[in-house]
Amino acid sequence: MMPDLGKYALEVNSSYVLSLLALAVIIGLYAKRSRAVKRDLAAMEAVHDA
Amino acid sequence: MIHLFLRDVGLSVRSGGGFGLALIFFLIVVTLIPFALGPDQSALAVVAPGVLWLGALLACLLSLDRIFGLDFEDGTLDLLATSPLPQEAVYIAKAAAHWLTTGLPLALAAPVLGVLLNLDFEIGKILGLSLLLGTPALSLIGAFGASLTLGVKRGGLLLSLLVLPLYVPSLIFGAQAVRLAGQGLAYDGALVLLSAISLGAAAILPFASGAALRINLR
Amino acid sequence: MNNRSIAPKFWDRFWRLANPKVFMGWSGRALPWAAAAAGLSLCSGLIWGYFFTPDDIRQGSTVKIIYLHVPAALMAINGYLLMFVGALVWLIRRQHVSVLAAKAAAPVGMVMTLIALATGAIWGQPMWGTYWVWDPRLTSFLILFLFYVGYIALWAAIEDEDTAADLTSVLAIVGAVFAMLSRYAVLFWNQGLHQGTTVTMADGAQQDNISNVFFQPLLLSMAGFGLLFLTLLLIGTRTEVRSRRLKVLQARERME
Repeated sequence: MMPDLGKYALEVNSSYVLSLLALAVIIGLYAKRSRAVKRDLAAMEAVHDA
Repeated sequence: MIHLFLRDVGLSVRSGGGFGLALIFFLIVVTLIPFALGPDQSALAVVAPGVLWLGALLACLLSLDRIFGLDFEDGTLDLLATSPLPQEAVYIAKAAAHWLTTGLPLALAAPVLGVLLNLDFEIGKILGLSLLLGTPALSLIGAFGASLTLGVKRGGLLLSLLVLPLYVPSLIFGAQAVRLAGQGLAYDGALVLLSAISLGAAAILPFASGAALRINLR
Repeated sequence: MNNRSIAPKFWDRFWRLANPKVFMGWSGRALPWAAAAAGLSLCSGLIWGYFFTPDDIRQGSTVKIIYLHVPAALMAINGYLLMFVGALVWLIRRQHVSVLAAKAAAPVGMVMTLIALATGAIWGQPMWGTYWVWDPRLTSFLILFLFYVGYIALWAAIEDEDTAADLTSVLAIVGAVFAMLSRYAVLFWNQGLHQGTTVTMADGAQQDNISNVFFQPLLLSMAGFGLLFLTLLLIGTRTEVRSRRLKVLQARERME
């Protein structure tokens, strides 16, 4: 299944790992902040509507 | 506007603020270079154009937050905002005063300091010329950055971060002109481009900076 | 909604989309689709590229880095372009959503620039024998990265939201002008040093007339990066819109 990457295996794999890691970090940060702000806003609006 | 310009020049000369400081900083940078790179004369001559340009650029950077800082704190800028003088003119006067007190002395001192780095005096003169043409852009861009970070407390580092990428073209063309001259090649193209940046900055940035000042004084 | 105007003009409709309330409506509906499309095309593009493409004759398996490097570089530049447009629209039309989109785009664009730089360095090591050369393209990207950092830092430094929006927009526009200028300045600078000897990746690809075997998965992963950017942009902008509303409510509470 794994393709034979020859002598450049380290280069190719490390680029993929690093890039996907960077994407995962930014996605995670955006999702986390989105959820936090959504929760705070919901709490605030609940207080105001009450 | 002329009064504002003269007042700023007078202030910086009298209070010993930006005027002497930039020159002394420049001198210190040039003195430190041989300690860092070794006293090899030929090696020094190779790096001299870049080092002198970089030194001038850093010296210029050092005095940027003084351009508006004090006037913002003591309310002079608010006063100017109510006067009929447009913010664009305030910016031009401030940038011009900054150039006269830092850019011009640096350009004049550069050929002399170049001798310390084993730079031929003839080439040193070209270095001075390139600084003369290039430092207006540094002052204009710097004053623009200063007008952006006006309301930021302790904005010195942020100011450097914003301004340094904008300095790249000037630095490239300025140091390139001196290097080409050192190799005996035609350098007028680089000087023309360098002046073009200064003129372009003088044409565009007053509006951007005027807008930034108005936003900050709102 | 608007019954009085018989034929609502296209632009009126267009700008209505930027009304915060309307924006939250349609972006909320679009978000799952964008996210799904992004995940699908990104995964399939990268899996295709990583597992099922042959090695290049000259570059060996390192050619597989192209599926990350080129799309990231593309989105790094488009991200800045988007910030520029967002800033311009904000300054002219005072549409809050547009400047908040620019704010949300900046970190994503910065990460894209980082990916492009990192994969480029890793690729450069076996191909050019060095991680970094002061090549025009590489240098421009480093400067682009600095512009992103400056923009984000200015947003973070100014407390008042509207002032921050105005000032960062002015910076983004001036920055875009200087980014173009740096691009050409850097070309001039390096020609003087190397006489254009360094062959950059895209030039090499053009010379080789990049074949379909490599091009199809590349296209797919470019679409994937683009859609991922869009997804994050939607999430980020929605977050910023909510965060603004939250601040308004908090301010009102303090008044009471």
